Amino acid sequence: MSRTNWPGVLGVHLALIAYSLLALFPVLLVVLNAFKDRLTIFSAPYALPNAQTFTLEGFRTLQSTANFPAYFLNSFIVTVGALALMILLSSMAAFALAEYSFRFNNLIGLYLSIGIMVPIRLGTVGILQLAKDLELVNTLWILILVYTAQGIPLAVFVLSSFMRQLPRDLKDAARIDGASEYRIYWLTLPLIRPAIGSVLAISMIPIWNDLWFPLILAPGEATKTVVLGASVFLGQFVNDYNAVLAALTLAIVPAVLLYFIFSQQLIRGITSGAVK
Amino acid sequence: MKRRSFPWHIVVFLAPAVFVYTLFMVYPLVGSLALSLQNKTQSGAEVFVGLQNYLTLFTSKNWAQPFWNAFWNNVEFFAYHMLIQNPVGLFLAVLLASRIHGAWLYRTIIFTPTILSVVIIGFAWKLILNPAWGISQGILDLLGLGHLNQPWLGLESTALPTLSLISVWQNIGIPMMLFLAALIRIPDELIEAARVDGAGAWTVFWRIQFPLILPTAGIVAVLTFVGNFNAFDLIYATQGALAGPNFASDILGTFFFRTFFGYQLQPGDPYMGATVAGVMLLIILSGVLLYLFAWQRRLQNIQF
Repeated sequence: MSRTNWPGVLGVHLALIAYSLLALFPVLLVVLNAFKDRLTIFSAPYALPNAQTFTLEGFRTLQSTANFPAYFLNSFIVTVGALALMILLSSMAAFALAEYSFRFNNLIGLYLSIGIMVPIRLGTVGILQLAKDLELVNTLWILILVYTAQGIPLAVFVLSSFMRQLPRDLKDAARIDGASEYRIYWLTLPLIRPAIGSVLAISMIPIWNDLWFPLILAPGEATKTVVLGASVFLGQFVNDYNAVLAALTLAIVPAVLLYFIFSQQLIRGITSGAVK
Repeated sequence: MKRRSFPWHIVVFLAPAVFVYTLFMVYPLVGSLALSLQNKTQSGAEVFVGLQNYLTLFTSKNWAQPFWNAFWNNVEFFAYHMLIQNPVGLFLAVLLASRIHGAWLYRTIIFTPTILSVVIIGFAWKLILNPAWGISQGILDLLGLGHLNQPWLGLESTALPTLSLISVWQNIGIPMMLFLAALIRIPDELIEAARVDGAGAWTVFWRIQFPLILPTAGIVAVLTFVGNFNAFDLIYATQGALAGPNFASDILGTFFFRTFFGYQLQPGDPYMGATVAGVMLLIILSGVLLYLFAWQRRLQNIQF
C-alpha cells in the first residue's frame, strides 16, 4: 500500500527532532563548555572550543581537589557487588518458589513482593541504626547490602515468573540422571538469561545514580560514590564554572558512552521486564 | 510412597534472599514504624506515646506548618508529572510507534536524560537557569520573550514549578518506554482495519490504541506516584536540604531528611523523623492499594 502521508511523516520527524534537541541540549552545553576558558564560557557559550579557547583548567582543579578515580571505583564496586549478590540470591529464591510446591510457598512469595512497591528509603531511620549496630557505617558493604535488599523483591518476581515457564521435562530428565537439586538450579540459570538481563537493566541505573544512601550511610571520603563526590564538589565550587563543568562532564560522558553502546539491550531489558 | 526427608534444599535456596530482605528492608521499616510510636521524656527515657507524634506532626504549631507545606508541594510536584510527563511521554510513544525511520535513534536520545544521575542533571539545569551565565536569557531573547526572564530557581513562586519541570524532562523516558512497549504489542491488523474504514490518526488513537494501553497507564500512574512521594535527590542537589527559597520547594523527602538529621541549629529528631517516614509510607501504600483494588478491578471488565 502506498498511501504514505508525507506531510504527516514530516511532522512526526520534526516533533521528534525538536524533542531530541531538548533532551540533549543541557548535556551538549555542559560538555562543550567544559573545555573552554572562563571568558569564552560566558561570551560564546554555544561556540566549539578552538585552539585559543581550549583549556583543561577545570579538570586540573578537579584532579587536585577531588579523587574522582576513587569515587568511580567505589560506585563500580557497589553497583557490580549489589547486582551480583541480588541476582544470586534472587535466582535461588525464585527457583525454589517456581520449582517446588510446599506449604509456605505463596506466603513467602507474597512477603517478598510487598517490597516491590514500598520504597526502602522509608526505613532509613532503622537502616542507619542497624548499620551502626553492625559497625558498617562508612563501608561499601552497607551500600551493597541495602541495594541488594531493595532489589530482591522485583528480581524474585520477574525471575520466578520466567522460571515457571521452563519445561518440566528438562529438569526431570536431569533428576533421573541423578543430578542434585543444586545442580538443576545451576543448569536452569542459562535458560533464564533474558530475564536476568531484564532485571540487571532495570536495577543498574537507580543503584549507580543514588544519592540518598551514600549521603547517609557512607559519606566518608574513602567510600564516596561518584554521585555523592560530584554533589559535594559541585556544592563547594559553585562559582568556579570551569571546575563545575568539568565535574559534570566527567560524571556524564562515561555514563552516556556506555549507554549508547548498550542502549539496545538496556531498553529491551527495561521494557520486557517492566511489562511482565 | 515413603515420606520424604525434610526438604533442606528449599531452605538453602530461600534463606539467603529472605534473610537479607528481612534484615535490611523489613526489619528497619518495622523498627522505624515502632520508633514513630515512641518519644523521649525530659529525663531521656524512651516511652511509648501511641499516635501522639502523628498528632503533633499534623496539628502542633511548630510541626504542622512545615509538614503541610511539604505535603502540598509534593502534591503539586506529582500533579506536574501526571499532567505533563505522562501525556507527553504517551504522545512521544505514539509518534515512535508509527513506524517511522530512525525511531530507535530518537528513542535512544530521548531516554538519555533518564539514565543520568538526578544530581548531575539538576546541577546542569541550575547552571543553565543561572542568570550569571545568561543561557536562559539568551534563549528567551531569541523567542522574543526576553522580558519574561527571571531567576527561576530563586523565586518562591517559580522554584517548585521549575524543579518539577526539570524532573519531568529527566524522567519522561520511563512513561515513553512503557507506553511504547504496550503500543507495539497492539496487532497491526486492528489498526489497518480501522484505517481502511477511514479512521484518522486521532480516531485510531482514542478508539483503539488508548483503550488497549489502559493497563499500562495505570502502571505508569502508580510508578509516578510512588517515585514522586519518595523524591529527594533533585531538590537536595539543586536547592540544598533547606529546599529554598524559604521552603518553597520543600517536599516530603527533604522534610524527612531535615527532621531526621537536623539542620542549622535545629538538632535531628529520630522519633519525628520516623513519624514523617510513617506518614510517607501511609501515603504511598494508600496510592498503591487504590491502584490494586480500584483501578485493577475496573480494568478486568475490559481486559482483552
